[in-house]
Amino acid sequence: MTSGIGRELAVDAEVSRGEFTLRVNLAVAPGEVLGILGPNGSGKSTLLKAVAGLMPVSRGQILLDGQVVDDAATGEFLEAAERPVGFVFQNYRLFPHMSVLDNVAFAPRARGINRHEARATASDWLARLGLARFAGRRPADLSGGQAQRVALARALAGNPALLLLDEPLSALDARTRLDVQTELRRHLSDFGGPCLLVTHDPLEALVLADRLLVLEEGKIVQEGTPGAVARRPATEYVAKLVGLNLYAGDVDGPKVRLRNGGTFVVPDHGQHGEVLVALRPSAVVVSIEQPHTSARNSWPATIVGLTLLTDRVRIDLEGEPSALVDVTPSAVSELELTSGRKVWLTAKATDLEVYGADVLTGNGSLSSPDR
Amino acid sequence: MVSTLATPSRLSQRERLRRATKGGGSRSVPVPLLAPALISVAFLVLPLVGLILRAPWGDLWSIVRGSDASQALRLSLWTSTVATGVSLVIGVPLAWVLARTDFPGLRILRALVTLPLVLPPVVGGVALLLAFGRKGFVGQYLDQWFGITIPFSPAAVIMAETFVAMPFLIITVEGALRSADLGFEEAAATLGAGRMTVFRRITVPLVAPSLGAGAVLCWARALGEFGATITFAGSFPGRTQTMPIAVYYALETDPDAAVVLSLVLLLVSVTVLVTMRDKWLRGGSTQ
Repeated sequence: MTSGIGRELAVDAEVSRGEFTLRVNLAVAPGEVLGILGPNGSGKSTLLKAVAGLMPVSRGQILLDGQVVDDAATGEFLEAAERPVGFVFQNYRLFPHMSVLDNVAFAPRARGINRHEARATASDWLARLGLARFAGRRPADLSGGQAQRVALARALAGNPALLLLDEPLSALDARTRLDVQTELRRHLSDFGGPCLLVTHDPLEALVLADRLLVLEEGKIVQEGTPGAVARRPATEYVAKLVGLNLYAGDVDGPKVRLRNGGTFVVPDHGQHGEVLVALRPSAVVVSIEQPHTSARNSWPATIVGLTLLTDRVRIDLEGEPSALVDVTPSAVSELELTSGRKVWLTAKATDLEVYGADVLTGNGSLSSPDR
Repeated sequence: MVSTLATPSRLSQRERLRRATKGGGSRSVPVPLLAPALISVAFLVLPLVGLILRAPWGDLWSIVRGSDASQALRLSLWTSTVATGVSLVIGVPLAWVLARTDFPGLRILRALVTLPLVLPPVVGGVALLLAFGRKGFVGQYLDQWFGITIPFSPAAVIMAETFVAMPFLIITVEGALRSADLGFEEAAATLGAGRMTVFRRITVPLVAPSLGAGAVLCWARALGEFGATITFAGSFPGRTQTMPIAVYYALETDPDAAVVLSLVLLLVSVTVLVTMRDKWLRGGSTQ
């Protein structure tokens, strides 16, 4: 087991659901927010369900504070109702037939506290989250942001040792999301236990998480601080999320020979064998004719698509290698950049981030027996 | 190229507005469908019209107050209410078991539970008699050991009504439980609620509308019960003679009373329908 000393939550398990198998090995310290990033169907929610006890593991075990809550080998399993977990669901799942106050009082009452005291506890939580004036309302009468905060209050009112958040902000519109995000950040740092935060929004992960774990197709593909993940993505999916071009290749002297065609001259990196090269779309220069500059990398490519982002245009180019390039809207019109046009791309060697292809095991080992 | 175009028909302003706001094309009914539809309306409505036309409106109150009628009405009301209560207490847990658990023989159990829906009520009455009658395989022991005789008592009325009506409640509630969002129950579990707390505080309140609908349906069915009741409980005025049975006998002896009693039952049915209009009259399923 890798449940290090002082770790509150340790998961080293497989969870099977039909054809799909999730395989994770992770540990979250008290007070730490671990962001789980991944595309739909990567197993993010399955992980939360397993930790909450809504789904048993098929192999391995889950430990909370060193105590077994689920162990496939011995068969030990602590029912969801017995686990000290606070779960904020994606669509909040506020009980529609109860007032906000009774929703928040639900956990204390379920744990045996009488109605009066449970409501007092709930009132405290509502006040702490600035929701006191909504106590009498039904969930249906709340805005998205309010419902999100009520869901958080409800989860916290049970005094959980562990907090699980499943895409807590995905149901909100863009404006509300920013407000709630800032506030959520504050509440998460107040929370003393380990916290798992599932999201597919990289910004949310960057703002809220202390550490990131990227899941793809049921496997951990990368783990590290948000900054490291954003700078050195390990997979195409992560690169796309953080808006980088990512190339896999092999070191060949001062060059990297790319898998899908093309070669980059790169800065000194001290890597051998397989490497990944990341390149910011804004670091690539587009010219109509072959440029003669000090930049070490220059190659022809054909425009296959243009997308207007808020303040710039992202050009999709095919070549060796293919790339996404950001230019200003005025450059598009001045250079007459249209689909099908052949252009030259230039990138300075110093703008290329070169790193080993095994970044995924940044600090953990995937100790599953058959890996 | 368009050579000839059919002559346009006229579209009223109202129809234009309807099509513009709700979308869709023509809603006119084809003649081959219209005639049968009208016939079926006539078939369903005319008997009720007959009932209303034939009613002795002048003597209405005195007949209702007449001893037999009011006795039968009172008996019917309280027995079907008790039958509904019994169905709620023992039927809802069964609905939960059918909807939420899985064990060998579950499908057979469900078939058995819904059998009374299609079984002729008289057969139900005979079956009840054979089981709980004085010589029935359960009834004989009740008689020997406890001195309890069920047949031809108000208890028999309630049992007959429950037997016939409870499946309506069970299938209504089971359907609702099946389609209920389990997410709320999961949420309750993560908040520390055990299975029974989840059932009491989440599951039941969330299916309350269907529970109400099922109970009303069950009650209405119990109120109208005839075949099983007359077979198992007989027809003793004041003791086991319920409204439908009273109507049946009154038709021979006092046709006016039969009409009045029928009107009362019609009134009750209409009331039920109005109460349930949100559930049923909006079209679509009964869920």
